[in-house]
Amino acid sequence: MNKILVSGKVEGIILKSNDPINFLGTVDKKTGIISDKNHNLFEKSIKDSILVFPSGIGSSVGAYTIYSIKSNNTAPLAMICKKADLTVATGCALANIPLITISDKEFESIKTGMKILLDTDSTNPIHYQ
Amino acid sequence: MELTREEESALKGEQGEIMQMAYRILVATGEATDAEKLIPIEWAHLSGVNYNTIGDAGEEFLSSISKNARVKVKTTLNPMGFDIDNVSNYKLDENFISKQLSIRNSYETMGVIPSFSCIPYEIFDIPQNGTQVAFAESNAAIHANSYDNLKTNKESAFSALASAIIGKSPYSSLRKEDTPNVTIQMKVKNPNELTYGMLGFYAGKVGDTSVNISGLGEMDQRQCKAMCGGMGTSGTCAKFNFVEGDPNTEKIDFDEKEMQNVHDELNTAEKGDLITLGSPQLGLDEISDLTAKLKGRSFEKRCMVFLPRTVKEQAQKIGYITELERAGCEILSDCCTCLTPLICKDDVDAVTTNSIKGAFYLKNSNGVGVNLKSLKEIVEDETR
Repeated sequence: MNKILVSGKVEGIILKSNDPINFLGTVDKKTGIISDKNHNLFEKSIKDSILVFPSGIGSSVGAYTIYSIKSNNTAPLAMICKKADLTVATGCALANIPLITISDKEFESIKTGMKILLDTDSTNPIHYQ
Repeated sequence: MELTREEESALKGEQGEIMQMAYRILVATGEATDAEKLIPIEWAHLSGVNYNTIGDAGEEFLSSISKNARVKVKTTLNPMGFDIDNVSNYKLDENFISKQLSIRNSYETMGVIPSFSCIPYEIFDIPQNGTQVAFAESNAAIHANSYDNLKTNKESAFSALASAIIGKSPYSSLRKEDTPNVTIQMKVKNPNELTYGMLGFYAGKVGDTSVNISGLGEMDQRQCKAMCGGMGTSGTCAKFNFVEGDPNTEKIDFDEKEMQNVHDELNTAEKGDLITLGSPQLGLDEISDLTAKLKGRSFEKRCMVFLPRTVKEQAQKIGYITELERAGCEILSDCCTCLTPLICKDDVDAVTTNSIKGAFYLKNSNGVGVNLKSLKEIVEDETR
């Protein structure tokens, strides 16, 4: 289901993870690089991407990590999830990172490397370019 | 989400920036969780206290909002990074200590009770059945829903703080309906606290919002606490129901094989250089049990024992602390194994613990090896 959690308008390149993300302890706050060996984005940087992932998991303190990576300029430009969880929703609300959810079908079709314009004021918030 | 006229005005900023920020957080949370309105809460429990986890961004944020923000309801606090009474025994730099004390000061200025505990359910009186609360600490939220008959979502650090400032939370998911997606049938014989922790960890992976667990018999608080710690680290699930559940609910077994899988994921070392007990922090009951198990024996390596300050004070009166110190334990209040800055991979290769929550964060955040053992095995193998 499409929901707009935090509104905004950005253009960028998709970085997609099929694994959920535990922001606390999995993301290096200084670099934005995923440091968990078991994660499918291991050693990739989420900085300035449009990060697509199923949902956040794990400790609620992860919301501060989202705020931290924004303060360190290592945050994604926007986030797109299948399911909105409280940690990611509130972290994005405070850090002012646009956040939407999309259907399972759209999640399947969206791929790493795609260039999109995300505009939450538009009836269809994702414009593929 | 439907807001009252007053709530709308606060969201527009007519009641100041702090209220606007707090409402923005609750609205995002409410939209995420299909809430139709905000409802009053009686107690908030905040995470986001340890400088090791919130960093400079968190410290600066709290320092800034504490100038104007005040909590409206009873608000308690998660552990911080160290125990001020013995911090000089550990390698923590001045910057860490001063930033941590600034965080402490910010929360106290906002009117928060400086409890520094991840087990509020063991050290504060539990309100009457069905009371709405807002708990951020994952193990405490699960415990509140599963054992204390309270109602909370698994809040984030921000939604709990916003709830404390406004005195309301979004009316969503676990605050109203309860539809477990799966029933886990406990098949492991002779479980100990480590088994319960692994069961919780497994349940967090397969559970959606809540799960049923069958085959456990009478649930006691310590078993439940071990399960809550495990479940909080592995997923978004925030409630156990200790029932068989609807016949149509999917049934899966937690057997020796599933338990071994969890064990293999978290146990990465044959032995530890030091032992940690507590994540969640130990309650008086566990301190009493540890003292009884020791029976005059002493640890052969360092053993860090984490507990809330109020529990330490009670344990001191009874004489438990003297006995634990005699056995070589390092007693630490106000902090916990989970995300501790006191264990560093430069000094320590691996840690022995009976905590699944501790194991997960020691492995993933501290980057040290983990050797899982039950408390009984720890006392048998590591003391003489």
